[in-house]
This record gives sequence, structure tokens and C-alpha cells, in this order.
Amino acid sequence: MSVLKTQQDNRSILGFWIYIMTDCVLFASLFATYAVLHGNTNGGPTGQMLFNLPNVLIETIILLTSSLTVGLAMLAVHRKKREQALIWLGVTFVLGLAFLGIELREFGNLLYDGNSWTSSAFLSAFFTLVGTHGLHITIGLLWMGVMMTKLVTVGLTRANIRRLTMLSLFWHFLDIIWIFIFTIVYLMGGLGV
Amino acid sequence: MILASLTGRLTMNSFPHDPMTLGAAVSIVLGAVVVAALLTYFKRWGWLWREWLTSVDPKKIGVMYITVALLMLVRGVADALMIRAQQATSVGASHGVIPVSTFQQVFSAHGTIMIFFVGMGLMFGLINLVVPLQIGARDVAFPFLNLTSFWLFFAGMILINMSLGIGEFSAAGWLAYPPLSELRYSPGVGVDYWIWSLQIAGIGSLLSGINFIVTILKMRCRGMTLMRMSMFCWSVLGSMTLVIFAFPILTVTLALLALDRSLGMHFFTAAAGGNPMMYVNLIWAWGHPEVYILILPAFGVFSEVVATFSRKRLFGYATMVWAIAAIVVLSFSVWLHHFFTMGAGADVNGFFGIMTMIIAIPTGVKVFNWLFTMYRGRIKFTTPMLWFMGFICLFTVGGVAGVVMAVPPADFQLHNSLFLVAHFHTMIISGVVFGYLAGITYWFPKIFGFTLNERLGRYSYWCWLIGFLLAFIPLYILGLMGATRRLDHYSASMGWQQLFIVAAVGVVLIMAGIGFLVLQIIVSVIQRKKNIDTTGDPWNGRTLEWSTPSPAPVFNYAVLPEVSDRDAFWAIKQAGGASKPVYEDIEMPANSGVSVVIGMLSIAFGFGMIWHIYWLAVIGLFGVVIALLVRSATDNHEYTIPAAEVERYYV
Repeated sequence: MSVLKTQQDNRSILGFWIYIMTDCVLFASLFATYAVLHGNTNGGPTGQMLFNLPNVLIETIILLTSSLTVGLAMLAVHRKKREQALIWLGVTFVLGLAFLGIELREFGNLLYDGNSWTSSAFLSAFFTLVGTHGLHITIGLLWMGVMMTKLVTVGLTRANIRRLTMLSLFWHFLDIIWIFIFTIVYLMGGLGV
Repeated sequence: MILASLTGRLTMNSFPHDPMTLGAAVSIVLGAVVVAALLTYFKRWGWLWREWLTSVDPKKIGVMYITVALLMLVRGVADALMIRAQQATSVGASHGVIPVSTFQQVFSAHGTIMIFFVGMGLMFGLINLVVPLQIGARDVAFPFLNLTSFWLFFAGMILINMSLGIGEFSAAGWLAYPPLSELRYSPGVGVDYWIWSLQIAGIGSLLSGINFIVTILKMRCRGMTLMRMSMFCWSVLGSMTLVIFAFPILTVTLALLALDRSLGMHFFTAAAGGNPMMYVNLIWAWGHPEVYILILPAFGVFSEVVATFSRKRLFGYATMVWAIAAIVVLSFSVWLHHFFTMGAGADVNGFFGIMTMIIAIPTGVKVFNWLFTMYRGRIKFTTPMLWFMGFICLFTVGGVAGVVMAVPPADFQLHNSLFLVAHFHTMIISGVVFGYLAGITYWFPKIFGFTLNERLGRYSYWCWLIGFLLAFIPLYILGLMGATRRLDHYSASMGWQQLFIVAAVGVVLIMAGIGFLVLQIIVSVIQRKKNIDTTGDPWNGRTLEWSTPSPAPVFNYAVLPEVSDRDAFWAIKQAGGASKPVYEDIEMPANSGVSVVIGMLSIAFGFGMIWHIYWLAVIGLFGVVIALLVRSATDNHEYTIPAAEVERYYV
């Protein structure tokens, strides 16, 4: 019986890896679109004029730290230390929320200055690419909230360990995508490369 | 005012006014009412719910896919008949039988339905029926996800058919190129119907892709190494690999077009820096692999059929596998041949032209392997074999026409002409349709326990084959004479009308072929005692699925098989059959009503997005999230079949 369950866990993890790969292709398509359209500013401001690099650096540090803390949470999970896992998941959750807050503030500032996604193809591509990552972060946070509730109510069951493994994969994946956004959108755009 | 915001763009004017659309919508609704009335009269709702709609048995899911796909085939061919009727009559002073705006919707719906809801439906149907059986497994890797995929496919199908009765369908062609499909030029709901029905069905396909890759990689029975796997499973593995790489691109492309239309973004608009060519690149980066997604499993079916009915091992197994692998890789490097005329320049066009010619090589390898399998075999001319032989003749003709168009200068002449239409219909009808019809005939006894009537199957085949030739050979000629696709009207001086009339007659014959298919199923069900399959092996088959009784029990195999050869069952038969097994309790996944609920909520979500009824869309989306949370709240989704009951299947 337990062999069967182990097989099922392995299938789920492999399936989730493949899902992550499809998400990679999804982001690749968005990056390609951004690469093609980033110069089409319709006479409006370019990325160099709009991006606030120190702000983005803070976002990056927060998200990278959250990858570390979710890793610590998983170490606790595998050592069956529920409270410790909950604490680290909580820290990750707060960091993710902070990241999202900074991103939304950036979006809000852009919109306030009249640089909306309707202004140019460049801004459409920018808001969609960065926004899709933000949407993933939001889904990750909701998922994390559900998992923390499950840890409190049900505990570290086999199914929950499997789900947490997938959640941490998802979170690290979003971190990697962010590195690309940071490099291609903000650094290259901000420096006018 | 409040009511207006509650119903979004939906008003009383959204319902059809022209008699033809109204008639089609009313007949669909009437058909549904009749089915519902019959189910109520015979008190079969509970049975339908328990045995079919919520069943996670891949065999039943497969049957549901194929049923939906065959219904959609009838709708798609009816659209084809309307296109042919219009083009045969709309000449000179006459403007044909269909108003222009309806005609544009008809050809858009024809292509969309045939690819997404017929081709994909038949493909996922057969994959569900056959893959778990052929790899010696009891189920797929993720049964709940599998059923959910079906219901997402179903939701997309419902949405696209709703457009008949509520509002309108897209008039922008089956791939909805911008800027025509942008809000400025297509302000109605048609393109939104197209976007959301494909988006929902497409996500279902993507999830199925993940599911079957894991199933094939992780659930093969003992002894079945990859190189001992049946060719059908190999082709499915190739096709599903393409699904997971290609469908995310479709998801993005549809989403960007939706953002353009709903939030005023400028990805593909003709203004504010948008780039319509970006859309064409993206959609074909999905669209070309999609062609191979549809055809690879059909190749797999033919590989099984030709080996079984030639009484020979498949010729060149390893080269077949490598041909599939080569096609999978190369199919991502040819997409630009769909728009050589867009002006990418000689170097780029040259590269994609050469890649297109190269991809014909592995396909040619497969054709030769099939021919060599037949060579000196003891061929039985059953219906599946007839479909195969029709396929191999037509497919070669269509393939050569494709290589002609791979030459950019030739394509400049042939682009968007009826020559192109004839080419891809040759590939898709002979490859995909013939392939899946062969597959349905071949595996029907494994699912239902009796074979299909051979005589009516032959009638259907000949109607399809002759109808196809009559319908499409004229289009090759018309294309060379300069007739373009989607033509609503032409001058009598062109001299095209006779050929268009011949093509219309061809479609009527194809309709007759479908009629014989339906008749074949009805007659076979009535005469099922006569054609009953008691052995589980009606064709003297070679692969594992024929070693279990027909109809295959819900758990597929009482004892999971162990294989030591490529044609696993053939080897067992040569060795004198298997020994008597010891029966054990079997744990199987339980039914899931949640999947049905997710499907229905997806319809609500899609409908809300199409008509800007946002409260409905929000309910649909949050409903899905809540359904998933409810599902994950319980961990036990299995039930056990006791050993005694298992044994009863075998006595």
C-alpha cells in the first residue's frame, strides 16, 4: 500500500515539474512579445525614463530571501517540525506580500503619471509580463495561505507534504522568472541596452 | 440601468433573426430537450451521472470525447456543406444562398470546430481508450485531472455552439488574425466567443498533455521498456510532448488578444505601436505543432492497424521512433511557412522553406515503413485497413503538394489560394479523420465487446474516399486557376462554377459517408449478439490490450501484466498463453462530480467574459477555486474492488 502511495507522490511531483515547464513556455512567449514590442513606445516614455532601479533591487532582495525561507520551511517539513515549518511559511508569506505591495505601488505610480497599458505597445507588454508574474505570486500566496491552514488543522500528512513540495517548487520557479524580469525588463531597459 | 449592467452586452437583439441561424439554434435546443425528455422518461439520469458523466474510467471518458467529437463532426460538415453551396451558386448576378456576414461566420466556425472539437476530441478520446490498456496500467496518472480536462473541452464546445443562438460567431477566420479581430474592426461578441471557447478547451488539452506524459513515463507495466512500447503509445508521447510546449503559446496568444479587446492594450492593434505580425508568429508557433499533435497519434493508429492486419511485426520500429522524435523537434522550426508572403525577407523565408522540406523526410520514412510492413504480409482487408490504404495514397499526394508550397516563390503564387485549402484538407482528412475512424473501428470491440458491421463500414469508407476526391481535387485545380480561399462571390467569366459544383457534390458524398457511419453504429448495436467478441482478441492482435477480455473491465487487468517483448501479446500467444492468475483486491479511483461542476462553472466564466457580465465571470472563477479546495479537503478518492468480484469478470 505504501509503495502505491509513494508511486502516486512521484507521479504528482513529475507532473508538477512538467506543469512548471509549460509555465516556462508561457513566460517565454511573454518575454518574446516584450522583446519585440519594447521599443514601440508610441512617442511615450521608454523604460529608461520610467523604471526606478533601487525599488526593483529591493523587490529582488525580498523575493530571493523568500526563496530561502521557503527552503527553510521545507527542511522543517521533512524533519516533521510543524511549528517551525509554519513560522518559515509565515515569513515567506509576509515577504511575498511585501513584494506584491511594492509591485502594486510601482504600477499605481505609473498609472497615476498617465503611463497606462493603453498608452503604447511597450507598456502593454510591460504590464502584462510583470503583471503575469505578480498574478502567479498572488496565486502562490493564496496557495500558501491554504497550506498554512491545512498544517494547523490537519497537520503534516503525506498529502500535505506532497502539496508543500509542489508549492516550494512553484515559489522557487517564480523566483527564477523574476531574475529574468529583473535582468531583461529592468536592468537592460533601465540602462537603455 | 441596473439591469443593463447586470446583463453586460446581452440584449434582446442578441438573439438571431435570420431563419437559417435561428433554425440551427432551435434544432440544437430541441435535440437537447428530446434527449433530456428521454432520459427522464426512462429514469436514466442517475445512471448517466454515475456511469458516465462523473466516471474517471479513461475508457468511459474516451467514449464521451468521441461522442462529442462525432456530434461536432456533423456540425462541421454541415458548415462545409454551406460553404460549398454558397461557392457553387454565388456567381455572376446571383449572390448565393447565404448572406455574406453569415458566410464569414460559417467558414470561421468550420475551421475552429473541426480542429479543436473534432480533431482534438477524437484524438484525446482514442488516447484515453487505448493508452492505459496498451501500457498495462489500470488508469492514468491523474484520473481526476483527466475527467476535468474532458469537462473543460466540453465547456469550450458548449460555448462555441452557444454562439449560434446567442449573439454571433467570429467572422475573422479560424485563426482570427488581427487587426481584423481587434475591437475596432470586430466590435461584436464573435471573436470573444472564439477566444474563450478555445482558451477553456485549450487549458483542458494542456492538462491532458501533462497527464498522459506522466502516465506513459511512470505507469508502464513491468518489463515494458520504452523501446518495447507500442507505436501508438510512442506517437502519443510525441504528440503530448508537443502539447506541453505548444499549448502555453496558444494560451498567451489568446490572452493577449483578449487584453487588447477588453482592456484596450496594444499588442496587435494597427495603432499605438502594436504589431499584428507578432500575433501571426505566435499563433503559428502553436499552430504548426498543433498539426503534428493531431496527426502523430493517427500515425500511431495506422502503425498498429497495418501490423495487425498484415500479420507482421511493424517494419523499422526504431526508425519509426526516431521519425517521431525528429518530427517533434522539427515541427517547432517551420511555422513561418504559413506566411512567407508577410515579408520576412529572403534569408528567413529560405531557412523556413528548407526546414519544411526537411520535416517531410521523417514522414516519408514512416510511409516507407508502413509499405514495407505490408510487403509479403498476409493482408486482411478489414475496414481499418481500407482507411489505412486510402490514407497512404492521399497523404502522399497531399504531402507532395505541401513540399511544393514549401518553396517560397511557389508559395507566393499559392498562398491563400484553394490549392492550399486542398492541401491541408488532404493532410487532415486522410491523416487525422481516416486515422481516427480506423482507430475507432479497430478498438471498438475492446470497449463495447462486439465488432462493428464490416459491410456498412466499407460503404462509409468508399463514400468518404470518393467524396473526398470529388470535393478536393477540383480545389487544387481552382487554386492553380487563381481562386482564393473564403471567396464569397466570383465573376462568371472566371469559368470556375463547374468545378465548384463538382466539389459540392463531393461534400454531399462525404455526408453520406457520415450517414453510413451512424447507420453502422446503430446496426452493430442491434446485431451485437451476432458480432460479439468472446475471446477479447477479435483481430488476432499483437499488443497488450488484446490480452484482456472484451469489453475491458473497469480495472483493465486483474493482474498487472509483465512483458518481455515488443509485440507483447503476440509473444504470449506464441508461448502458449498465460497461466491462470491469482486474483487480489484492486483499488480504483472513485467518481468525481467536482469535475462536472468545474466544467459548468467554466461555461459561466466564459459566458460572463464574452458578454462582459462580470459578476457571472467572477462567480465562475471563484466557483472553480472553491471546487478545487473542496476536492483537496478530502484525501481519500479511492474505492476497492474485492477479489471475488474481480474473478467474476473471468468466469
